[in-house]
Amino acid sequence: MQKSAIELNNIKSKYIKYMSDFFKNSDLTRNQAETIINDTLITKDDGELYLQDSVVESITLDDGKIKNTSYAKKYGMGLRGVVDDVVAYSHTNSVSKQSLLDASENINSTLKNFKSKHHDNSIRRSNENLYTNHNPINAKSLKEKIQLLHQVDQYLRSKSPLVKQVTASITAEKKFIEIVKSGGATFSDSQPTTSFRASIMMKNGSKNTQGSYANGGRFLFDEYINESNWKKVCDEAFRQAENNLDARKAPAGQMDVVLNNGWSGVLLHEAVGHTLEGDFLYKKSTLFHDKIGEQIANDQITVIDQGNYNGGRRGSLNFDDEAEKTQRNILIDKGKLVGFMHDRLSARLTSNKPTGNGRRQSYQHAPMPRMTNTFMMNGKYSREEMIKSVKKGIYVDALGGGSVDIVSGQFNFTVSNARLIENGELKENVEGATLIGSGSDVIKNISMVGNDLELDNGFGMCGKSGQTVQVGLGIPSCKVAMTVGGSKV
Amino acid sequence: MLKNKKFLEEQASYCVDRLINKLGATDCEVVVANAVSETIEFRNKKIESSDRSDTLAIGVTSYIGKRKSSTSLSYIDKKNTDMMLEKVIEVTKITPEDQFNELPDKELLIKDYDDLLLFDESEINNQEKIKYLKEVEEEALSNDGIIKTNSSSFSQSKTNFIFQNSLGLSTGYKNSSFSYYTDLLAKKNGSGTERDYEYDSKAFINELMKPNELGKIAAERAIRKLNPKKIKTQSIPIMFEPRIANSLLSTLSSAISGSSFARGTSFLKEKLNKKIFSNDIDIIDDPRIKKSMYSKPFDDEGVSSEKIYLVKDGVLKNLKLGSYYSKMLNMKSNGRSSGLTNTYFTNGKKSCEELKKSLSKYILVTETMGGFGNTTTGEFSCGAAGVYYENGDSYSINNFTLGGKLEDMFMNLVLADDLKFKYSKNSPTALIQEGLIVGGQ
Repeated sequence: MQKSAIELNNIKSKYIKYMSDFFKNSDLTRNQAETIINDTLITKDDGELYLQDSVVESITLDDGKIKNTSYAKKYGMGLRGVVDDVVAYSHTNSVSKQSLLDASENINSTLKNFKSKHHDNSIRRSNENLYTNHNPINAKSLKEKIQLLHQVDQYLRSKSPLVKQVTASITAEKKFIEIVKSGGATFSDSQPTTSFRASIMMKNGSKNTQGSYANGGRFLFDEYINESNWKKVCDEAFRQAENNLDARKAPAGQMDVVLNNGWSGVLLHEAVGHTLEGDFLYKKSTLFHDKIGEQIANDQITVIDQGNYNGGRRGSLNFDDEAEKTQRNILIDKGKLVGFMHDRLSARLTSNKPTGNGRRQSYQHAPMPRMTNTFMMNGKYSREEMIKSVKKGIYVDALGGGSVDIVSGQFNFTVSNARLIENGELKENVEGATLIGSGSDVIKNISMVGNDLELDNGFGMCGKSGQTVQVGLGIPSCKVAMTVGGSKV
Repeated sequence: MLKNKKFLEEQASYCVDRLINKLGATDCEVVVANAVSETIEFRNKKIESSDRSDTLAIGVTSYIGKRKSSTSLSYIDKKNTDMMLEKVIEVTKITPEDQFNELPDKELLIKDYDDLLLFDESEINNQEKIKYLKEVEEEALSNDGIIKTNSSSFSQSKTNFIFQNSLGLSTGYKNSSFSYYTDLLAKKNGSGTERDYEYDSKAFINELMKPNELGKIAAERAIRKLNPKKIKTQSIPIMFEPRIANSLLSTLSSAISGSSFARGTSFLKEKLNKKIFSNDIDIIDDPRIKKSMYSKPFDDEGVSSEKIYLVKDGVLKNLKLGSYYSKMLNMKSNGRSSGLTNTYFTNGKKSCEELKKSLSKYILVTETMGGFGNTTTGEFSCGAAGVYYENGDSYSINNFTLGGKLEDMFMNLVLADDLKFKYSKNSPTALIQEGLIVGGQ
């Protein structure tokens, strides 16, 4: 049984590109590595060797000067063995025979008292080619990037004498990974990322305000950072800071909130997305663990997580960090909870198929179910209709970040920019608001879904259990009743 | 096995020598660190996962005149190190000059210092880690209302590092940490599920809180949260538990950084040597506490750090300074380039009970969500959960917000006398009688 599974897989993947040969300068040959992996994993239910060779270049301009140029290399491997629901992981930055043998011994020692029932090394293979394997660091010279950051600084400072501080950065990552399964199946991918961020501070009298915006993705540098793109990012950062100059204290209490489209999807990500991750399903720790098939929201609401979304999205991967193909997963269909996001472990423990959501921050981390690009489908209302329908509330046109407690579903968000709504009309800017609620309430309390779905601009970072991965998200404008925390009763 | 001092020194010297003598750097700083850690996660009477990590990393900052750049790399081999050193020099040459880019003044660098006892030779193997976590879980489950462990883990981490710079400084030490926590789920008589946690982390294994004590505290906290009610929007005295009150020190730490003063982005920018708290408040940062895992006799630029008052009698006395921003501000680095170390409020005059008795109603905040104030705008806003007290009656509350201004919170802060050292930032129970608005229904 175990043997035949290995034989079936004993064909080298056609996606192997050998862009970085981890075994070239090592005393460990590919064949030896495969033998150690086989010997270790044949007695386990699942596992793999994950190798990573990545370089991040970042350049930061601050206070009118280039403050930091840095170039960081991350290199190493992690071996994972899984039996039943027990995971053993061992990683090191040394790719050598001894290191792999040590890792193997460590895993065997953790798992020695657990018996494998079924060794499964089959993978749902991917045919995706969602991004080019170019090197985003070399796409522009360092000189050009430095020059561009100075241009950004001048552009933002020329917009108003009240602009007192500008910070801008360009970060590019070249990441090459390889996954080796028992049986020798090998999967490799090169995952480029580029991002650009601008933050400003404005000061009027004793009042300080901030604005920050960014863009990025797995695309060619010039497609993200051309003149019209970087100016758009700057304009949005400026708009946020400028609007807050005359902002009043935000009101506190329960009220209607109209969220703008795009980045407000972070609310969906925190309040709903995390609670639908498969590890919380088999641990029964999410409040939705026994709600599959039930109506958990009104029928305007359909939520998707799609790891193979085209167009250089940050959350997109040709295959996930367990080599499973990424795909479009419907989580909530017209208000009904229909699925969770799984890695191989949570899929096996809940008798589901993997959904391509097994992700990890780096070789130093074991994979777990994570979101990719998470968004809500369009409804029928225009944003104007929503604002018109609100007697007293706020319109949020820039949401900050947030977090959620999976068990209770309680979440919170900071609001970067908002305006009061009174009797259907937009009024003055308000600042210092926080939005809170519980995930199960908020999806019930979304009363109007807009027809203007937009994905975010490409700067989402998501943290879970100490691991950070980049994600995409999106939402149409929405009207929802929730608690706003301001400093005015 | 943790790499020994000699091996790390060889790597560091190699980089310094190469940068200065072969590649044309005028100055440099190199840190070589080896970290080995082992973690066990435990749930429902059995191990959930094991993780072993062994990394050797090199961090390099190179200077060519007033040009500066940095690189970090996972150590692979000499050839790869050479390549990265060449790269950092190439980038340094292109990076524009900045007059404040230079190594710290030589007289500020660390010389001799007392052994702070930061390394415990003990090895806690995985079986022993499991024993700790088992005991925690058994104690927790013996409390009526605790249904299971959401997650728990025990980590042992050991690090050895060497720091060298081109002024001839070569120093470093080993440190260790042993940490464990449990996060529990509570549910009782048809209530919803709530969770809460407790953790402890020490440089020496025998200083850790006992597992039954840790399990008991976590259980009591989770049970205390059951059946939460909602509250109305109002203005009411707010009391923060020590584990929340210490966030005030994190917020202060970011507001008094050299960078936020030099760049003008702190709401406290004009407040050096001025009153920001009431007369009763003192805040100390002490990098030299023995056996504390947060102690650092020198910072990541090799600058010696001593015990200082950040706030004395309510007046802001010192900033958090590294060498770059201290030069920009025309001040001297106080060895805080890698941040504050053991930071604490000194005790207030009244006991927690006395403070509580003086109030007819108040909220005890036991949990906050989101940031703890914006140090540029000075605005404070977050989500919270806690306990509502009124005339001897009390109940759990959640899903409310706190909003106000940091300036008012600082000025109105009153501290109890129950300070304990547990975290890097430590506070007694804190009371803010006026200035915070509770947002609810």
